[in-house]
Amino acid sequence: MLTVWAILIDGFIYASWLFLVAAGLTVIYGVMRILNMAHGSLYALGAYAAASALGWYYSGGGENLVMAFAIIAASAILIGALTGLAIERGILRLMYGRDEILMLLITFAVLLILEDVMKLIWGTTPYFAYQPYAALGRINIDVLTVSRYDLLVLVVSVVIGVGLWFWLERTKIGKILRSIIHDREVSEAMGVNVRRMFTITFMIGATLGALAGGITAPIISVVPGLGIEVIVLAFAVVVTGGLGSITGAAVGAVIVGLARATSIHTMPELELFIIYAVMAGVLIFRPHGLFGQVIARKI
Amino acid sequence: MTEILKTVGLSRYFGAVTAAEDINVTITEGEIVGVIGANGAGKTTFINMVTGYLPPSSGTIEFGGKPIKGLGPRKLMRKGLTRSFQIPQLFLELPVIDNLAIALAAADHQQFQMIRPVHTKDRLEAAEEILAQMNIAQYRNEMVTAMPQGARKLLDIAIAMLGSPRMLLLDEPTSGVSVEEKYTLMDTVMEAVRQRGLTVLFVEHDMEIVQRYVTRVLAFASGIVIKDGPVDEVLADEKVQELVTGKPKTAKTEGGA
Amino acid sequence: MILEKSEISLIGAAVAIALASLVVPNWLVFTATLAISTALVVMGVVMLMRAGLVSFGQGLFYCLGGYAVGLGGRYLGITDALLLIVLGVAVTVGVAMILGLLVTRYREIFFAMLSLAFSMILYGLLVKSHGLGSTDGFGVVDWTILGFSPGSGESSSRTALLLALGLALGIALFLNRYFRSSLGLACEAIRENEVRVEYMGVSRKQVLYINYVIAAAVGSIGGSMTALAAGHVDPTMAYWTISGEFVFIAILGGTGHVAAPFIAALIFTLVRTYAIELAPNAWQMILGIVLLLIILFLPKGIWSLFTRKKGVAS
Repeated sequence: MLTVWAILIDGFIYASWLFLVAAGLTVIYGVMRILNMAHGSLYALGAYAAASALGWYYSGGGENLVMAFAIIAASAILIGALTGLAIERGILRLMYGRDEILMLLITFAVLLILEDVMKLIWGTTPYFAYQPYAALGRINIDVLTVSRYDLLVLVVSVVIGVGLWFWLERTKIGKILRSIIHDREVSEAMGVNVRRMFTITFMIGATLGALAGGITAPIISVVPGLGIEVIVLAFAVVVTGGLGSITGAAVGAVIVGLARATSIHTMPELELFIIYAVMAGVLIFRPHGLFGQVIARKI
Repeated sequence: MTEILKTVGLSRYFGAVTAAEDINVTITEGEIVGVIGANGAGKTTFINMVTGYLPPSSGTIEFGGKPIKGLGPRKLMRKGLTRSFQIPQLFLELPVIDNLAIALAAADHQQFQMIRPVHTKDRLEAAEEILAQMNIAQYRNEMVTAMPQGARKLLDIAIAMLGSPRMLLLDEPTSGVSVEEKYTLMDTVMEAVRQRGLTVLFVEHDMEIVQRYVTRVLAFASGIVIKDGPVDEVLADEKVQELVTGKPKTAKTEGGA
Repeated sequence: MILEKSEISLIGAAVAIALASLVVPNWLVFTATLAISTALVVMGVVMLMRAGLVSFGQGLFYCLGGYAVGLGGRYLGITDALLLIVLGVAVTVGVAMILGLLVTRYREIFFAMLSLAFSMILYGLLVKSHGLGSTDGFGVVDWTILGFSPGSGESSSRTALLLALGLALGIALFLNRYFRSSLGLACEAIRENEVRVEYMGVSRKQVLYINYVIAAAVGSIGGSMTALAAGHVDPTMAYWTISGEFVFIAILGGTGHVAAPFIAALIFTLVRTYAIELAPNAWQMILGIVLLLIILFLPKGIWSLFTRKKGVAS
């Protein structure tokens, strides 16, 4: 029984983190039909930015927790939005209308470049920003000890999920974006400035990635290669849930999160295996993921 | 005369929309049958069901006396039922000769041969023959992207004719082709059809083309066949004029092809 | 059998490299062996690209080939290099025949991501296998070839090069014909227009399946050769960034000719040797920039990678 609780708690905490990481990826794909391989690098950039900013704040004697969270959010959002803008305006803009697979290769090139840019800026020694994590401490749920910071991640994740849903379903811009998702050509014909929407979408997707990194920074050691590990997890989540679907990303995150937690508590050696096995298993029965759309070809 | 294609009660619904309903058509070997109807009348749905691209909601289809419902395009081609496309379906970034070579290799059941070159002497000769017959031999080494629309249509039909089919479905062979070109194109196609003794089912919007090249016509409206008979009789029908051709028939153009 | 011009050139190039190996320094012999082995894996990526598929998981087969060599020597007592390579191919073909059933249903990014996921599954398993050295991997046994020991040091490197060269030549000659065969052209036809392929009476799935399995087998041989030459295997062989490098080399070389991956792999391996020494933190940036430059400024070039074929039968 204890294990079941542990699996559920760990699973949902992990799922909330997965959702944070995957949300930006799926938003960008949904609107732009670009599977952004550099999403992991944005995550890493956010983590580095937050870790440096926190390091600067704490070394200056700061100890206000709310301030620390504001710093995390501000630094991650700033770097995510700016990098996103630079990538979209500088590179992707030149390539719109090309094959999806070519766009994938382009974002792969961006990933390679960003990886080394980060090494050049931050070097190869790890960065730590554990203070907010430590300051929040732990609470006991029954006999299990859970970090308050992890619970905070869960809350943030839910807030971001609901926020995204509200943005897409209830705002004017969201309505426009949904029309692009539904049929780009028709929206364009109806006067939607698709390019501007692409810029906005990519910046938001990139910011979400960086924000996920920033929020994660206090939990991990920020090292080179961070983004490369994260991106494949994010892929697994969005492919399981169905590329381009926010609901899919949420459901995919929960499934993958629970599967991984089950594995860690019962068969730890299968941890990585299980994530991809879940994904492959879903794809066998639902070739486009749980909430993916099949686009029929016209002849 | 043996019957080659027979549909009984063929229907297709998309949700609440009726795309085709209760289509009963029998075509005998060697007939050239036109299919007319306004956009959305069910012509393409009918063709797509017959060629296995779209599964029917109900009804049966027989080809050569055997049921073919549920078979995909691949199996139907092997049974001798092929089609051309309204938008030519070609290998755009491959030379024309390669487009034909792979079709010929497939017709020989040699598509899994992995050592012998696809361009055997026999295939090159066969390709040249059909290129000459279709009047597109000058494009043999060009990429398909370099061909004008009319030539692409001809190549598309040429590919459909390889592999000795018994019946050919032509989906709007003259759409997208200029007025000056369309009769030349149709003459070329019909000559090739006659030489091979093919049965043809042929969707067309252009009533002049229909009148000139077709012996029998199926008129579609709102998913059902409203009239089936000899070309002059169908085109003279008031209901057909109202729902399909949209105007009273003008003076009869000079004799068929 | 009459040899064609392109085949004579391939044989000539192989002989020239074999002769050159007698005079060039040992590090270059070793580098060339790795480059040839890498090129074999890239060849598999190219085969898939010709069918319109980009695999970010070819490292799976590379790794299987490598680990088959390592494990065959360690647990089955096999020391003969050729037998170890055959073992690798057998295992890989078995795995590819199962995975192929699933992945051939996918195209574009779905194929790319699914192949990536499968290679990450293997990576995940190997990293957690403590008996196999986890992330450190383990050493490959001293191998023999047809009963002879390759010796040590320079003599060993040379034997490895000759072995790689012989295998690569055989594969290049085969693929040179394969690309112009019915099956090879059917792959390109699928890339161009799947609907038409199906209406020609050809099963897309079967064509892609066979092509996928052959590409896997070729990749496995590359992995086995790398293991034999380097004397060591580790899980990073299956990590997705390695597969990304294979994709990079495939794009660098292009899909027009069987020799292209070999030339690209040699350039890649040599540049990396220097870049890692001179600017260890800029190597990936160089790769990324070069990749972007190819895509941005050689649109014909990149397009030709996916679509072009050499003229009609030569």
